[in-house]
Amino acid sequence: MSLVFAGVCSHAPGITGRAARAEPRVRDEFYAKLGELRERLEAAEPDALIVVAAEHFANFFMNNMPAYCVGMADFYEGPIEDEAWLAIERRRVPGNAALSRRIVEKLLHDIDVAYAEEWKFDHGIMVPLHFLTPRYDVPVIPVNVNCQGPPLTPLERAYEFGRALRRACDAQPERIALVGTGGISHWPATPDSGTINEAWDREFLARFLANDRAALTSYTDEETLRDAGQGGFEIRTFLAVAGATEGAKGELLFYAPIPIFAVGCTVATMAVE
Amino acid sequence: MSLYYVQKLLYQLNRDPAIRRRFEADRAGLLDEYELTGEERAAIETGDIGLLYVMGVNGQILMHYAALLGQPWDVYIEAMREGVRKHGPVRAGLYSMLKDRQQ
Repeated sequence: MSLVFAGVCSHAPGITGRAARAEPRVRDEFYAKLGELRERLEAAEPDALIVVAAEHFANFFMNNMPAYCVGMADFYEGPIEDEAWLAIERRRVPGNAALSRRIVEKLLHDIDVAYAEEWKFDHGIMVPLHFLTPRYDVPVIPVNVNCQGPPLTPLERAYEFGRALRRACDAQPERIALVGTGGISHWPATPDSGTINEAWDREFLARFLANDRAALTSYTDEETLRDAGQGGFEIRTFLAVAGATEGAKGELLFYAPIPIFAVGCTVATMAVE
Repeated sequence: MSLYYVQKLLYQLNRDPAIRRRFEADRAGLLDEYELTGEERAAIETGDIGLLYVMGVNGQILMHYAALLGQPWDVYIEAMREGVRKHGPVRAGLYSMLKDRQQ
C-alpha cells in the first residue's frame, strides 16, 4: 500500500519515569493527547510502524557510528534501561525483518543506510511505544538518526532521508505508519536539565507544521546548540517526518514545557497525501 | 585524557549484563582492558558522576550509568552541578562547547 500515517511525539524518559512529579493537570492533558495520537494511528490500520528515533548509546557507539540505521529483525527488546527507573517493563517487541529488508533495499538507492539485525530499544523508542502501541501488537521498524555523537548528518540530509523513506514505504504492499520522536529544545542529562526554550520550540514547530523545508534546514548546529541545547540536535527526527510528508501540512495536538520531563512535550501529526 | 575509552566502558556497562557482572567480580581486571588515566580509573571506580561529567562523558551515557548505580534523579543532577563547582567547566566533548551557559 504505502505510508498511511505520520506523526511526531516526545520521548523523554521522565515522561514515564518521573510521571508522579509532574503537575497533574498538564501531565494528564499531555497523556490524553498521546492517547489521541494512538487513536489516529490505530484508525490508519497500519501493518507496521516505523519509529524514527534518536537513540542514546543503547546500540550505536563512536567505534562505528552510522548516520542512519534501520532495524532488520523479527523482534527487538527494550527498554535497555532499568525498568523501575523508566517505569516501563522489559519485553520483546515484534518486528518485521522481511519488510525492513525491502525498505532498506529501496533506501540504499538514495541514502547509504546501515542496517541492524539486533537492536535494544532505549527510552527513545520505548516511551513512544508505551503510549502508541501499548499492547505491542504492531510490528515496529526502528530507524536511528545519529543525533548524539557529532559529527551529525546535516539537516538537509535528514530531510532527504525522509523523502527517501517515503519512496521506500510507497513501494511496499503493506500499510506503514511513521512516527518521529525527539526533543525539541532541551538540555537532557546535564546540570541544565529542565531548561526549555519555549519561544524557540514554537518557532520550530511553526516551520515544521508548515513543512517549510528551507526554514527547517536553515539552522546551524552551532545555533541549535546555543538556543536549543544538545538535545535540539534531535530535530533531525522531525525533519525526516517532514521530508516523508513533503508538501503536506501538520496539526499540533499538544505542546507544553514540562520541566520535570526535561523537554517541551509535543504531539503532532502530519497529513499524508 | 582518553575520554573515548571511559565512554566505551560505561556504554558497555549500561548495555551488557556480562560486563556488569565482571565489573562487580573483577573490577581491576576489567578496567585494565581500557586505556584509562589514573584520574579516569578512579572516577569510574568510585562512581564519581560529577567528575565524569566534567571529563566530558556524554550525558546520555552518564544518565544511564547513574541509573545503573541506583542514584535518584535529584542526586544525579546535583552530582553533575557539584562536579562543575569542584572541578571547573566541562573539559572535552559536546558540553565543552556550551561555555556560555552556567557550567
